[in-house]
Amino acid sequence: MDNDASKAAVPARDIRTTRNKIAVDVVGVNKWFGSFHVLRDVSLQVMRGERIVICGPSGGGKSTLLRCMNRIEDWQQGRVIVDGVELTEDLKSIDEVRREVGMVFQQFNLFPHLSVLDNCTLAPMWVRGMPRKEAEAIAHHYLERVRIPEQAAKYPAQLSGGQQQRVAIARALCMQPKIMLFDEPTSSLDPEMVKEVLDTMVGLAMDGMTMLVVSHEMGFARQVATRMVLMDAGQIIEVNEPEPFFTAPKHERTKAFLSQILH
Amino acid sequence: MSATFVRQQLIAPMAPPRSIVGTPAWLQQKLFGSVLNTIATLLSALILAALIWPAVRFVLIDAVWVGSSRTDCLAETVGRPVGACWPFIAAKFRQFMYGFYPADQVWRINLTYAAGIVLLVPLMVPRVPYKTLNAILFFGVFPIVAFYLLVGGVFGLQHVETRLWGGLLVTLVITFAGIIGSVPLGILLALGRRSSLPLVRWFCIIFIEFWRGVPLITVLFFATYMLPFFLPETWKLDALARVLIGVVLFAGAYMAEVIRGGLQAIPRGQYEAARALGLGYWKMMGFVVLPQALKLVIPGMVNSFIALFKDTTLVLIVAIFDLLGQMRASFADPTWATPVTLFTGFAFAGMIYFAISFIISRYALYVERRLSTGVAH
Repeated sequence: MDNDASKAAVPARDIRTTRNKIAVDVVGVNKWFGSFHVLRDVSLQVMRGERIVICGPSGGGKSTLLRCMNRIEDWQQGRVIVDGVELTEDLKSIDEVRREVGMVFQQFNLFPHLSVLDNCTLAPMWVRGMPRKEAEAIAHHYLERVRIPEQAAKYPAQLSGGQQQRVAIARALCMQPKIMLFDEPTSSLDPEMVKEVLDTMVGLAMDGMTMLVVSHEMGFARQVATRMVLMDAGQIIEVNEPEPFFTAPKHERTKAFLSQILH
Repeated sequence: MSATFVRQQLIAPMAPPRSIVGTPAWLQQKLFGSVLNTIATLLSALILAALIWPAVRFVLIDAVWVGSSRTDCLAETVGRPVGACWPFIAAKFRQFMYGFYPADQVWRINLTYAAGIVLLVPLMVPRVPYKTLNAILFFGVFPIVAFYLLVGGVFGLQHVETRLWGGLLVTLVITFAGIIGSVPLGILLALGRRSSLPLVRWFCIIFIEFWRGVPLITVLFFATYMLPFFLPETWKLDALARVLIGVVLFAGAYMAEVIRGGLQAIPRGQYEAARALGLGYWKMMGFVVLPQALKLVIPGMVNSFIALFKDTTLVLIVAIFDLLGQMRASFADPTWATPVTLFTGFAFAGMIYFAISFIISRYALYVERRLSTGVAH
């Protein structure tokens, strides 16, 4: 790969005049897996530029809520509006939202048959219809940003878990999304690799990205979150700014949960 | 001995002992490791010798190499036990290869073969560039060119009816058409069978189960003798074309099940990642899921290809003469009626079938190994 391309400045994407200051609006969502009521009347409003960290015991519906925001999961009742577009059965609305919302998974979910670079250029080329050269320039830009530009030609299996997750972040960023969803991005990483991924995410937060993060990394949450959300038993238990959330939790379940993970 | 320990010097790696590397060690371990192992080794060697020696004698040592008629291959004439009668093969070679294709037109077949090889070889060698163009030429353009070249009737080429075709030509045409047709059909059926649309899914399930539940012979019979009753009288479908359609549908159903196995092995996360990036159904399948799924089922697909290749011999039942059919027809020729003619013919046909199947399976093994390096899950 030519180095000039990777160093070429990628023009900042013009943030369109916001139709709405609200990035994500979840209104009274109910969802069942069979007879199991996994999301119970969940409502959450996320402003542009906000960074929400969702925590809570496993099985509480955190990931499911996140996955409703790009309709990887569907729901039975309620509305989800992302960037002013309501997600409906209509594939057009789904495609429109998915183009603007990046997602990072616990298991990375990189495409193992494609090189790191191809992982990054696939969606820009085939969803946005970007020419290969331009897509590669953007991919190099973001790979540099997550500090693994030298791995572009490798395959995912040749990278460590932390590197794979950073590629996954770069892959999502290559679509130049307005909102990023992180579904337990560090949960399947070895301890020594958690930091490199969190550092990348902190950098992203500094740049003003709207982020929704399901995570148990409380240090990270304190550092970047604008608001904390605690979910348990499919419902939102408590929403608050990090400082009061950690120092003076109000709900019993929040107290119990925090005492479990903070010592 | 104290309870604490601090290493002062790291141990460098050493060469392994003689007992675990090298040929003597290998023989020792793998062939003569124990009494039972030794007995098994000797017994296997004995069985192999008992099988191979007579075959070598028949094919090479006792074989008759020159002659012009049956008398040259008779034990009375030669004065010793007679093995294969190769002059028989030489005399019938053109038939075995081309059937009754007009002799002055055989160049068209050879040209088709040459074009096929010229396109196939670079496609099979990973280092050669322009794979996409090459694949389009081989899978898209070549079949059309081959069709017109072999059938004729255009560009001043003499029309050659398919009932004159025969021998290896027919075997290869059916196999090639079967492979080219069954893979796309199999992919569509496999995707359809996993579709969330009930009608599509049911159609695919019924289609696949129907063709899998019917023997190929029945399919061939039906295609040849029954189909015309169902088609309008003006529709005159060529006999070979009918067989080809039957073979493609039949092989497609099997291919679908093989490919479905691969689709099922792709983790859900791959679908989710593709969808989260905004890829639609066909792009997700084309760029993310199918490349991985097809790679996983290469052994199964090749298995089907080889089975298809050998199943082509069944077309004899509907009076189409493939290599084996042409062979059997020539046994009836009194000029070459000897006690060994039958065995010679089958030995020759067997060698051809084996050589082609073996090449296919070896190449598939190579592809499999190559694809699995560096991309292990």
